[in-house]
Amino acid sequence: MKCFIGIDLGSTTTKAVVMDETCAVLGRGITNSRSNYDTAAAVSKQEALIDTRFTLFRRGLSDVSGLSGKVDGFLADLERHFRRVQFVEQLNDLEETCVRNTAGPRFHGRETAIHETLAHVFAKLRQESFEIFAPGAKRRSDFFRDIAGSRFMTVATEACKEAGLSFDLVLNVYDKSIIEVENRPPGGAMEAKFLAALDSTLTDGAGVDAEAVRKPVSAALGIPLEETYVVGTGYGRVRLPFPKEHIRSEILCHGLGAHIMYNDTRTVLDIGGQDTKAIQVDPSGIVENFQMNDRCAAGCGRYLGYIADEMNMGLHELGPLAMKSTRSVRINSTCTVFAGAELRDRLALGEKREDILAGLHRAIILRAMSIISRSGGIRDQFTFTGGVAKNEAAVRELKKLIKENYGDVTINIDPDSIYTGALGGAAFAQRAVMN
Amino acid sequence: MPATPNSTAAIVQRCQDLFDDLDFTAARAWKDAAPGRKVVGYMPVYVPRELIHAANMLPLGILGGGENMEVIHGDAYYQSYICRIPRSTLELGITGKLDFADGMLFPFVCDVIRNLSGMWKLLFPKVYTRFFDTPQNYKDEVGGNYYIEELRELREGLEELGGARITDEALRASIEVYNENRRLVREVYAFRAATPWKAPSSEVYLLMRAGNVLPVEEHTQLMKDYLAAVKAEDRPMRDNCRVVLNGAFCEQPPLNLIKSIEMAGCYIVDDDFMLVNRWLLDDVPADGDPLANLASAFLHRSAETSAKFQPDEGEKGKYLIQSVREKGAEGVIFAAPSFCDPALLERPMLQAKLKAHGIPYISFKYAENSGQMQPIREQAGTFADSIKLWSAA
Amino acid sequence: MSTQDVIKEASMLKQKEMIANNYDLLTSTRGHGRKVASTFVPGNLNELIMCFDMLNNLPEINAIQNGMKKLSGGYITEAEKGGHSEDVCTYVKADLGMMKRGNLAPNGKPLPDPDLLLLSYTGCFTFMKWFELLRAEYNCPTVMLHVPYQGDGKTTQNMRDYIVKQLKEDVIPTLEKVSGVKFDIDRLRENLRRSAKAEDDLVWVLETAKNKPTPIDAYFGGVYYIGPIFTAFRGTDDAVEYYRLLRAEIEERMRQGLGPLTPEGEMKEQKYRLVVEGPPNWTSFRDFWKMFYDEGAVVVASTYTKVGGMYDLGFRHDPDHPLESLADYCLGCYTNRNLPQRVDLLEKYINEYEADGLLINSIKSCNSFSAGQLLMMREIEKRTGKPGAFIETDLVDPRYFSAANVKNRLESYFQMIDQKRRALASAA
Repeated sequence: MKCFIGIDLGSTTTKAVVMDETCAVLGRGITNSRSNYDTAAAVSKQEALIDTRFTLFRRGLSDVSGLSGKVDGFLADLERHFRRVQFVEQLNDLEETCVRNTAGPRFHGRETAIHETLAHVFAKLRQESFEIFAPGAKRRSDFFRDIAGSRFMTVATEACKEAGLSFDLVLNVYDKSIIEVENRPPGGAMEAKFLAALDSTLTDGAGVDAEAVRKPVSAALGIPLEETYVVGTGYGRVRLPFPKEHIRSEILCHGLGAHIMYNDTRTVLDIGGQDTKAIQVDPSGIVENFQMNDRCAAGCGRYLGYIADEMNMGLHELGPLAMKSTRSVRINSTCTVFAGAELRDRLALGEKREDILAGLHRAIILRAMSIISRSGGIRDQFTFTGGVAKNEAAVRELKKLIKENYGDVTINIDPDSIYTGALGGAAFAQRAVMN
Repeated sequence: MPATPNSTAAIVQRCQDLFDDLDFTAARAWKDAAPGRKVVGYMPVYVPRELIHAANMLPLGILGGGENMEVIHGDAYYQSYICRIPRSTLELGITGKLDFADGMLFPFVCDVIRNLSGMWKLLFPKVYTRFFDTPQNYKDEVGGNYYIEELRELREGLEELGGARITDEALRASIEVYNENRRLVREVYAFRAATPWKAPSSEVYLLMRAGNVLPVEEHTQLMKDYLAAVKAEDRPMRDNCRVVLNGAFCEQPPLNLIKSIEMAGCYIVDDDFMLVNRWLLDDVPADGDPLANLASAFLHRSAETSAKFQPDEGEKGKYLIQSVREKGAEGVIFAAPSFCDPALLERPMLQAKLKAHGIPYISFKYAENSGQMQPIREQAGTFADSIKLWSAA
Repeated sequence: MSTQDVIKEASMLKQKEMIANNYDLLTSTRGHGRKVASTFVPGNLNELIMCFDMLNNLPEINAIQNGMKKLSGGYITEAEKGGHSEDVCTYVKADLGMMKRGNLAPNGKPLPDPDLLLLSYTGCFTFMKWFELLRAEYNCPTVMLHVPYQGDGKTTQNMRDYIVKQLKEDVIPTLEKVSGVKFDIDRLRENLRRSAKAEDDLVWVLETAKNKPTPIDAYFGGVYYIGPIFTAFRGTDDAVEYYRLLRAEIEERMRQGLGPLTPEGEMKEQKYRLVVEGPPNWTSFRDFWKMFYDEGAVVVASTYTKVGGMYDLGFRHDPDHPLESLADYCLGCYTNRNLPQRVDLLEKYINEYEADGLLINSIKSCNSFSAGQLLMMREIEKRTGKPGAFIETDLVDPRYFSAANVKNRLESYFQMIDQKRRALASAA
C-alpha cells in the first residue's frame, strides 16, 4: 500500500507520521534526535512503520469473530513482546560492539576478564528483559539508550565489584559502544521479529485463539508498505539527505498539521524547546502569516528546563506545583540567562515556590501572547501545540489571557500535538502525489 | 501616629497612589471636571509645558508603564534589543489607558522615541501627535530662530486642538506658574542635598513623579507641604555616602531600585529623573516675548544631558562634575536603561571625565521591570563601603 | 565558488579603482597636504567638502569594509573592553576599535587623524554621540549640521532656513578655516551639476527592477550601485563616468534579457520579487545574498539604497539653488522621514515593482531603522495583502548573524509565498 511519510527533526526529538492515500494516520514514531539526524530520521520512520503494522493488525483483527473485546489486550501483549525482541536484538548488538571495543593498550591483559564480565552482565540484562517488558511494568523511557543504560550501570557496577575489575574500564567500553549502537537503526527483518513476538505472545497464552489471530496478523504482515513519498521538516531538515522538493519548512507543516487535527484552526501556537511560533492559517490549512520568537530564545520551553534545574525538580513537576499557587508572583524576565538570578532573588525574599512558578508560567505565556499578537492575534479556532501544551499551569494562564484579550475562543489541545509537524509533512507528501 | 492630611506619610502616600495608578484616574478626573478640557501627554526628556498650560490643557508626563504593567501588545511591536519604555507606553495606548489623551508629544531624545511618534500617528490617528524637535545648534539667530518657529507651530497645533487662541499674556502667566514650580523643585533638591536623611530619594522621586500627572499648581503646593512636613520631622541620620545618579532620564527604574540604593548605604543627592521639572535652570523672564524667552532659556540655560549635543569638548561632563561638587557627592552611580542609546553612548565620555577628576563611579543597567535587586544592592553597598574606606584613608 | 570566478564588469572595476584611489589619497596626506573631513553617509555634503579641496573619510564605510573583511568582530570586542556597552551601535564600536588598533585603511596604511569632524546629523541619533566620542579622541574641530526630522511627514521652510543658516554661519566658515580655502559658490554649483547627472543615471538603473524579469538586484546589487553616490564621489567626474558605465551595462543586460549578476554568475530563475527594508548584514554579506539567489528570490526595491538620498522620488541636487538644495537633500534622506512616510513608500514600492512581499532585515545596531518596523510590516500587509517577513541581524557584529536562523525564516517565507500562489492558482 502507498505510505506517505512526514518526518519532523526537532532539536530534542524526531517524530514521524505515516499516512495513507486518504490522509488517515496509520502510524507514529518518535526517537531522540541524538547528534545524528540521519539515524534519528531512520529510527523515527521505522518506529512509525512498526506502529503502522499494529494499525494494520488491528484492522485485520477487527472482524475476527470471537475476538471482540480482546483485541486491545492482545495487541498490547504483542507490542510488549515485539519490543522485547527488538530490545534483545539491540542488546546483542551492544554486547558484540562492546567486545569489539575492548581493544588497545588500556585493556592490555584484561580483555578476558572484561569479556567474561560483559557476558555475565548482558546475560543478566537479557534475563531482565522479561521483567522490563512484563505486563504493567513501568519504563521511564522507550528509548533503548535510556532503558539499557540505567540497567547496565547497576548490573555492571555489581559485576565489576565481584570480578575485582575497574568499573571505569567497563564504562569506557560501554560509552563508546552505546553511541555506535544508537547511531545504528535496529537491523534485522521486521517480519521475522513480528513473527517471533507473535509466537512468544501466544506461548504466554494471550487468552485468544492462536489460529484465529495468526492468519490475519500474517496477512497484515504481508501487505507491502511502500514509501511512496517522504517529506522532511523541522529545524534539522536541511541536514536530511533529501532532494529539495521533499523538504518543507516547519512553519508550513505545523500549520497544515494543526489544520488536519482540527479543521477549523485559524491560529496555531507552538511552544517547543528552542522556539515559539505563532501561525495564522486559512480555512484550507495554508499559512497566511507567521512569527517566531526573535533571536532571543526567552520564554521557550528551554526556559522551563533551566528553572527545573535551578529548583532541582523534574520538568514535568513544574506545572502541577504551579497549579497549587494561590497568589502568583510577578516575574518579569523570561530571559534564560537571568531566570536563575531572579528566581533566587524571589526565594530569598521568602516567596513560595509554587507562587514563583505560577509567575514564571505566566511570564512564558505573556511572551507567547506577544508573538501571537505580532502575527495578527487570535482567530477562532485556536490550536496549541508543542511540549509546553502538556503543562497544565501554562495552559491555565494561556486560557485566562486569551479570554481577557480575545474573548471566547475555542481552544484545541491534542495530547499528541508533538506530532503536528510530522503530520503536516505527511499531508504534504500525500498532496505531492495525489493532487 | 495617625496621618494628618499634611503629614509626610500622607503626602508620600498620595504620591505613591498617583504613581501606582496606571489608569491615570486623577488626570481623568481633572478632564471630566469641566466640559471641553483637553489633556496632552508628553514623553521624556523635555517639552515646554507652559504652552500646554497656557492653552488651559493638562500636560501629562508619560514615563512608560513601570514594573507592574504586563506588556503583551507593546512587545509585539519591538525587537528584543529595544528598551522597554516604548513597549509599555504602546501597551498603555493599545489597552485604552491613554484614551483620554487628546495629544501626545514626543521630544527629541533618541530614535526610538522619535519613531514612536510616527507609530502613534499610525495607531491613533485621531490624537494630535507631534515630534517635538529642539535645536542642537545653540546660537540665537540660528538654533534660536528655528526653535521659536517650532514653538510657534506647537502653539498653533494646540490652538487648533483646543479651539482657542493662546495669547502672549496667558503664556507669560504660565511661565510664572512654572517658574514657581521650578523654584520649589530646586528647593526640594537643595533640601535633599543638604539633609538627605530627612528627604529620602524614594520620597523625593515620588514627589517629582506626581508633577507628571497633577496640575502644576497642585504640584507646587504639594512640594511646599512636603518640605514643611519633613522639616518638622525628626529623622535619623545614617552613615551613608553621597552619590549623584546619572542616566535615568527616560525609562525609569523600578522604585525598588532607588530604595535599594539607599538601603545599600548611598544617599542620592542629585539625579536626572524627570528632567522636565528642572530642565530650565533659572526663572524664565515673564515679560517680553514669551516664545523668545523660552527659546533663550533652552539655548543658554538648560540642563545638560546625553540627549543633547555638546558643541564644546571642554564643557563635556562639566555639568555632572559641578553637580558632584555643589551637592557634596562622593561618587556617581551610572544607572542606565538597557539599550538606551543616549545614556550608554555618553557613559564612557562622562566616565573619562570623572576619572580625570578623581571622582569614583559605578555603573549598571536596568529595565523598568527589572526584578532582581540583589546585584544592585551588592554593587551599591560595595561602592558605599569603598568610598568610606577611601575617605577614611 | 572561489573568488577568481567572480565576474567583474567595467563599472565594478571602475568603482574598485575609485575606492582604492580615495584610500590612497587619505593615507598619503603627509605628502600632498590635503585636509581630511570625517563625515557620515546620510546627508553628507560631499560637493561642499570638495569646494575646500578636502578629502572625505566616512567612518561608516570603514566599518563596512572591516565588516566584509571580517575584521569588525575584533574591533567591536576591543571597544567593548574599553567600556562601551554591548547594547549600542556596532558601527561606532568597530570604528573606535579600529582606531585603537592603528586605524589601518584597507590598503594597509594608517588613516590620518581627521582635521575636521563634520557632523552631518541626518536621521540617526547615534551620529551625534559617535562624533562626540571621536572628538574626545582626536581633539579636532567639530562642526554640527543639525537636520531636523520630518516628524509631521513634511519639510518646512523653517527647517530649510535652519539648515541653510547653519551652512552659512557654521559649516562653511569652519571648512574655510580648517582648509584655508575660500568658499566659491560657483565651484559648488559645478559639483552639484555633476551630482545631478549621476543621480539621473542611478535612478534609471534602480528603476529597471520594474521589469520582469529584472536585470538587477536592488538590494544586494543595489548596495554596490549606490556606493559612489553615497560616499566620497558624489559631484565628481568619476561618479558621472561610473554611472554612465553602469547604465550601459544594465542596458546591455536588458537587451540580452539577462537577470541580475550574483557572485556565482547570472541569476537564472526569478521566483520571488521582494521589497527589502533595512540595511544588510556585512559580515556575512555573501552568505546572506546566497540565501536569496539560491531560492530564486530577487530584490526589486529597497529602502537601504535610499539612506543617502531619495533620488527616485524626484530630488536632484540643483546648481541654481546650491545651499537650499543641500538642505533639501539632507532633509529628504530615508531615515529622516517619519514612519507613516516610510510605510507609504514601501507600499508604493510593493505596488510599482509588483513585488510578492516585504522582507524586513531588522538591524540590532540601528534603532533609527528598526524601532517601529514591526508596525510597518503589519501596515504593509494590511494595505497590500502581501505577506511580510522579519529577520534579525546586525551590521558588522558577527555575533549577531545566525545563518541557520535567518535561512530557516527565509525558507519558510518563500515557501509560504509559493503555497499561497498555488492556492490562488488552483482557486482561479
